[in-house]
Amino acid sequence: MTFQLDATLAARGFDVSLRLGPAETIAILGPNGAGKSTLFAIIAGLLRPETGRAQLGDKVLFDLAADKNLWRAPHTRGTALLAQEALLFPHLTALDNVAFGPRSAGASSAEARATAMHWLTEVDAGDLASRRPGQLSGGQAQRVAVARALAADPDLLLLDEPMAALDIHAAPLLRRLLKRVLAGRRAIIITHDILDALMLADRVIVLEDGRISEAGPTRDVLERPRSRFAAGLAGLNLVAGTVGDAGITTADGMVVAGHHDDTLGPGQDGVAVFPPAAVSVFLTEEHGSPRNSFRVTITDLEPHGDQIRVHAGGLSADITPSASADLGLTPGMTVYFVIKAAAIAIYPA
Amino acid sequence: MNRVNGTGYTGIPSWIYAVAAAGALFVLLPLVAMVAKVNWPEFIPLITSESSLTALGLSLRTSAASTTLCIVLGVPLALVLARSPFRGQRLLRAFVLLPLVLPPVVGGIALLYTFGRQGLLGRSLELAGIQIAFSTTAVVLAQAFVALPFLVVSLEGALRTAGNKYEAVAATLGARPSTVLRRVTIPLVLPGLASGAVLSFARSLGEFGATLTFAGSLQGVTRTLPLEIYLQRETDADAAVALSLLLVAVAVAVVGLSYRRPGSATSERAAQ
Amino acid sequence: MTVRRRQLAALLAVGALTAGVAGCASGSPGASAGSAAESSAAESSAAAGAGGTAKPAGSITVFAAASLKATFTRLAGDFEAKNPGAKITLNFAGSSDLVTQITQGAPADVFASADTKNMAKLSGANLVDGTPSNFATNVLEIAVPPSNPASISSFADLAKSGVKVVVCAPQVPCGAATDTVEKATGTTLAPVSEESSVADVLGKVTAGEADAGLVYVTDVNTAGDKVKGIPFAESDKAVNTYPIATVGTSKNKDLARAFIAAVTGSEGKKVLSDAGFGTP
Repeated sequence: MTFQLDATLAARGFDVSLRLGPAETIAILGPNGAGKSTLFAIIAGLLRPETGRAQLGDKVLFDLAADKNLWRAPHTRGTALLAQEALLFPHLTALDNVAFGPRSAGASSAEARATAMHWLTEVDAGDLASRRPGQLSGGQAQRVAVARALAADPDLLLLDEPMAALDIHAAPLLRRLLKRVLAGRRAIIITHDILDALMLADRVIVLEDGRISEAGPTRDVLERPRSRFAAGLAGLNLVAGTVGDAGITTADGMVVAGHHDDTLGPGQDGVAVFPPAAVSVFLTEEHGSPRNSFRVTITDLEPHGDQIRVHAGGLSADITPSASADLGLTPGMTVYFVIKAAAIAIYPA
Repeated sequence: MNRVNGTGYTGIPSWIYAVAAAGALFVLLPLVAMVAKVNWPEFIPLITSESSLTALGLSLRTSAASTTLCIVLGVPLALVLARSPFRGQRLLRAFVLLPLVLPPVVGGIALLYTFGRQGLLGRSLELAGIQIAFSTTAVVLAQAFVALPFLVVSLEGALRTAGNKYEAVAATLGARPSTVLRRVTIPLVLPGLASGAVLSFARSLGEFGATLTFAGSLQGVTRTLPLEIYLQRETDADAAVALSLLLVAVAVAVVGLSYRRPGSATSERAAQ
Repeated sequence: MTVRRRQLAALLAVGALTAGVAGCASGSPGASAGSAAESSAAESSAAAGAGGTAKPAGSITVFAAASLKATFTRLAGDFEAKNPGAKITLNFAGSSDLVTQITQGAPADVFASADTKNMAKLSGANLVDGTPSNFATNVLEIAVPPSNPASISSFADLAKSGVKVVVCAPQVPCGAATDTVEKATGTTLAPVSEESSVADVLGKVTAGEADAGLVYVTDVNTAGDKVKGIPFAESDKAVNTYPIATVGTSKNKDLARAFIAAVTGSEGKKVLSDAGFGTP
């Protein structure tokens, strides 16, 4: 009872294959324009890919192979879409909104309302039943939207950045709610927030430029990222290159030495990952250990927690504010980033 | 654009008021001049005469019927023009809006060539025993022909503004296209549909040229209020003016009470 | 400019505009005919038959009933040919419309009406110079499509059930005549439409929509092949007499009278009777 999808859309450079188990939730991460919403539109039946096939359980959603050309209309797919905007029907009450799915499926008015009330209570919005969408706050509307999507009893739930439009008070509430209701359901959630991925998703897929650049269980991806984007999300520095004796060698010839898995052989593609906290900043070339000393130009300084994060040359370093003041760091300065090899993990790309 | 009511900022230069006043005068003065010519002592007898009441009743009935026809034909047309891009759409829109620029008399002639005894469809209809010329049906057709563009334009605008994101959500919740139309699309553009219908009704009420050429003029059958005024003009100027005032009053009542700025209500809702 | 000055300027502009429009409206109706300059030069005697050496000259506007279109166009052309200094502008419409236009100030020098009632309206408004002269009569005739689908041969046939007959509404001259004939013959018609102008009646017959229509003899003649005319005996029970007169506000009464003389004179009589008009 899996969900599987293969689809390409050359016009957007989109080429994705993925599989989902019966009660799995996966998170899709990726920069803007990566194709995340395209993916959802294809799954829901709102966008037609050029080639591909998708199957949900034993229901074929579409099959565009040469001789078949099968395309299920959106309303028969069993995929419910929840977007950033709640998009509650403005002319119906919250209860009627939630009852929309069951009514469309053929339930009587009374049955649909009962189901709706059940789901509204599930999302802690029971007292909002008779309100109109115009009278709800952003967080309340999103909760009702979740209830509406669930009331339609979908086989696959698609959540497109559901927390994005919520303020910092409403987001955690919704996150907890989703954790509860997604248990045992098949869902895909698009998010920019790794907290969503960590709390809600079993697996994570990183989508960049229409293609999957990385996929795997959440913790693995976030602790040992293999793509720049995932590393950025996880707050880690990542350098990619070819594995050699000394460490990895980047395309520019830079050599990064670190500890690596024994499984790694020379010539393989590998990545070197290290946290910003492991980076030291010097004004001059360090006389001590010459390894992992890189000359970079500062592009940016930003406060990060109680530290200052120095962005330079695509890498980040966390130093204390007083150290930054002592060094007199400003954007445009040339400094040296030095990292202890012991703090650098190298593993296959 | 947000306009703050009362003593807030309106964003229009003050000389605009003078020009707007001139514009308002331009429309109101002829009405005032007409009201001044009304023979008030004779007014009630004139507008309650048998021919006047018959004409008024006929006008209201046929306008209501033609508005219904406009809704039945106009809603699908507006939906297709607003939501379903296809080649030749611009051309279709241009043709649908044609009755707006066509002199109504020309519209009447065209309808005659279609539904008249010798007309394109008229010949077959005549054989089937259906005679349209000189009937009240002809009046309704003439009115619907000239009033349809108003409804289509008004509704198409509202549909475009509303977009189709709600329809997409409804579909993913399992609603069939017909259900989506009934429960989501139409309710969301109801204000635009209502304004369009009111405009169509008003246009139907005032329709003259096409009715005269296509339907003829017979009391109780095809002589609507405008045609009655045209006839009374020949002999009884007082009656013509009195009936004109009656027509204006009915039109103002209908339009004034029910016409809302199209899209204003939907945009309020969507913004919530 | 300050706000106040701007508003004042705008109000003044509106005021000037309104005054200008009012001024135009009250301006002399004859001015547009352009006859003012030329009429002073016109010295001709009124009677065309006088054979005086000074030919009538200048420019006049003739308001004539729609049924006089063909004949008056011919007569005006002939007149202009005989009197090179004269220019005649023609305006054809329903007689009642023409009376309204003249009373509201439209520039007219001659008025030829399709019935005496409308001329009387103009006299009543003190806009007729002298007494009108009757110059033609017209009677009704039945017009049918060339194939005569309903086999009409008499006035009584028009009342047969199933016949689609179109007539003028009683409020217009040809309709009044129809009414008179109905009363005189005792036959009541059940028309499918009562039009406001005889041209509309004819139009419905030529379009094939009506089986028959009641129009003037002259209209049948003008329509030529498009309709077949069926004269009926009772038509002489309702004769429309056409009067012609000089309009009181004319700026070139001499030329106007000269034209009227041409219409009522021998050439006019010939042209009118060729077209089917009768003599009063």
